[in-house]
Amino acid sequence: MPLIESLWAMLGGATEGLPPWIEFFTFSSINVIHVVLGCSLLGASAGAIGCFSFLRKRSLIGDALAHAALPGVCVAFMLTGTKNPLYFLLGAGASCWLGAVSVDAIVRYTRCKEDSALGMVLSVFFGVGILLLTYIQKTGDAAQSGLDHYLFGKAASLVESDVKLIAVVSLGVLGALVLAYKELKVISFDPDFAGAIGLPRRLVELMLATMIVLSVAIGLQAVGVVLMAALLVTPAAAARYWTDRLNIMLMLAAGIGAFSGFFGAYVSYLSPKMPTGPWIVVAVTSLFLASLMFAPRRGVLSRLMRHYRFRKKTARENVLRTLYLFGERADNWEQGYLLNEILHHRLMSTLELRRALYRLERNGLIVETPDHRFALTAAGVHAAARITRLHRLWELYLTRKLEIAPDHVHDDAEEIEHIITPELEKRLIADLGGPQWDPHEKHIPPVGGVA
Amino acid sequence: MNGQYLSGLAEFLWGIPMAVLHADASGWWIMLIGALVSSACSLIGCFLVLRRLSMLGDAISHAVLPGIVIAFLWSGSRDILPMLLGAGALGLLTAFMTDVLNRQGKLQTDAAIGVTFTWLFAIGVILLSKFASNVDIDLDCVLYGEILYAPFDTVLWGESDLGPRAVWVLAGVTLANAIFVVLGWKQLKVCAFDPGLAQSIGINVALWHYLLMGFTSISTVASFESVGAILVVAMLTVPANTAYLLTERLSHMIFIAIGVGIASSVGGYGLATVLDGSIAGAMATVSGLFFVMAALFSPRHGVVAGFIRRRRELTLEDAQS
Repeated sequence: MPLIESLWAMLGGATEGLPPWIEFFTFSSINVIHVVLGCSLLGASAGAIGCFSFLRKRSLIGDALAHAALPGVCVAFMLTGTKNPLYFLLGAGASCWLGAVSVDAIVRYTRCKEDSALGMVLSVFFGVGILLLTYIQKTGDAAQSGLDHYLFGKAASLVESDVKLIAVVSLGVLGALVLAYKELKVISFDPDFAGAIGLPRRLVELMLATMIVLSVAIGLQAVGVVLMAALLVTPAAAARYWTDRLNIMLMLAAGIGAFSGFFGAYVSYLSPKMPTGPWIVVAVTSLFLASLMFAPRRGVLSRLMRHYRFRKKTARENVLRTLYLFGERADNWEQGYLLNEILHHRLMSTLELRRALYRLERNGLIVETPDHRFALTAAGVHAAARITRLHRLWELYLTRKLEIAPDHVHDDAEEIEHIITPELEKRLIADLGGPQWDPHEKHIPPVGGVA
Repeated sequence: MNGQYLSGLAEFLWGIPMAVLHADASGWWIMLIGALVSSACSLIGCFLVLRRLSMLGDAISHAVLPGIVIAFLWSGSRDILPMLLGAGALGLLTAFMTDVLNRQGKLQTDAAIGVTFTWLFAIGVILLSKFASNVDIDLDCVLYGEILYAPFDTVLWGESDLGPRAVWVLAGVTLANAIFVVLGWKQLKVCAFDPGLAQSIGINVALWHYLLMGFTSISTVASFESVGAILVVAMLTVPANTAYLLTERLSHMIFIAIGVGIASSVGGYGLATVLDGSIAGAMATVSGLFFVMAALFSPRHGVVAGFIRRRRELTLEDAQS
């Protein structure tokens, strides 16, 4: 691609040849194209199909089925005596499929749970496979060497026919997914409902299993057993953090899978000693960790932020309420109070209090007098009265409606006063008949005013 | 033609007990090692099955790879102790990461296990190809670890031969697991059946979870070093599930599981000898056969019993209508 070369020259790069990390993007080597296409398509189809097993809480089915392929590969070799990838694919597909059916049968007909079914299918099928493999090896067939490498995968050695196979199967899987989207969606979220509206539930489940089997069977050769399991689990888990909608989740997971495949191919191009499969997994797990941390709403940081903001808000509201109590006691709403006086009444750190006061002042709810006292403004009195009202309404509600003793309600009200919404406040006032006094004989500030 | 096949099959089946009876000394050691692995794994496996964590054995046995590689690079030798320590540390890390993703990351358990172990395994493979590509820790070794050679790796005390090292290690692990289960019986039982209740009666659920994880990873690591990962995974899940279909009592479940495990080891040895194939693979295969038998013919939970029960109910309904 001359465009990239001229761009590189414009940037002042060396004239003789491109550095490898750029040369990759010219896709001049046919081998690069094969590996990139194979890995990306594989990542996309496995990522998308993995969403369904994720939603059915069977994420590890990829792991189980990938192991279950071994006996099929061995039998295919024993029957044909050649290492033709197509026969291997058929053998692997058949025994994966048998594994998937076994998992379903165990869950349906015995009382064993899904994780047990997966663990048993994985280990027993693989055990049978190893038994067959060693049997083949002992018979001393010269062609058998490297049979087990089929399971560990070697993406860098993908040739054109492999890529064609991967392309056909993964595009087929993606196509089937688009066509049967609605049915698969219903099955994943509510299988009983699917049965009730007359969907052929077993047939759809079988189709889903077949799609997973196909993805596993083509993926084994490229990335190996364990890493194939990752491609089915991790993109879906990452995508789930960003959205609650299945169609978006599917596209995200496919994109994450495809990018990771691309990245793995890139790394092993730059450093041919590096295996492609593990780098695909490192890429996909990094994307997962980024999603886990930074996704809005469901991500860890976002949840920590919400928690932090809530604590700040609680601190501010506590300060307001303390000042309200002072004002109520002195029957004077203009008077200011020292930092220590507030701290004496309300257990919080000085730093926390200063921050709360700073924010309250900026919001115009509090003024600082020249002698470093803090007093409520008119708006501040209004806000403080609201918090106090909520606190006292809740205390009254607990004593009157739930018949809790008045000396047991304060702690609960202390928490709930920060949560009650205006709608809930109206309901409380209406239900309690517009009350004037709380259980401790304190006045409940009316809406829009003070005592 | 048919008769020929039948007699061939009979000869094949007859060969299995004969192979066991005529086993040489190393054959008996192998069966003992298999029996110890299955006892150690069944003791823990029953609790994993009840807590729906069956896949954890598989996860741990893959995830320890970077630990083994790092221990190898660190010590520069293939000594067993650093590798066991490295693997044990990674096993605990797997359990810990799974738990953190599950709790702090709000990720469902199965996905948390999947993400964790595939990631660690990938890092292990990368480390291996980066730093240790010229030395001989091949993946086959980690995954298959051949039980066949275990009897020849013996412990020497002065002049005298104390028997295979694997037997000592696995007997120790089995004993440790047994002590753990006996001492923590009440807590483990309540945690397995009703974590909510356990919490409310003051049992430290997290502590017992981590203890169980710790013993799982020790058992996994100690076993697969001598017999291969696949047999460990099989012995953690298959005997326990077979027993789960046969009884309602936890104590019975554990004893049945150990029995099934030992029977699988002995039968597997016979099968492997007849086929001249992998012993670990054959042991896993035989345990799978035991499970299929239990699933079909268990008096209470078997498929056949269920079928008969439904038939009887149907005819009763017919009679009443």
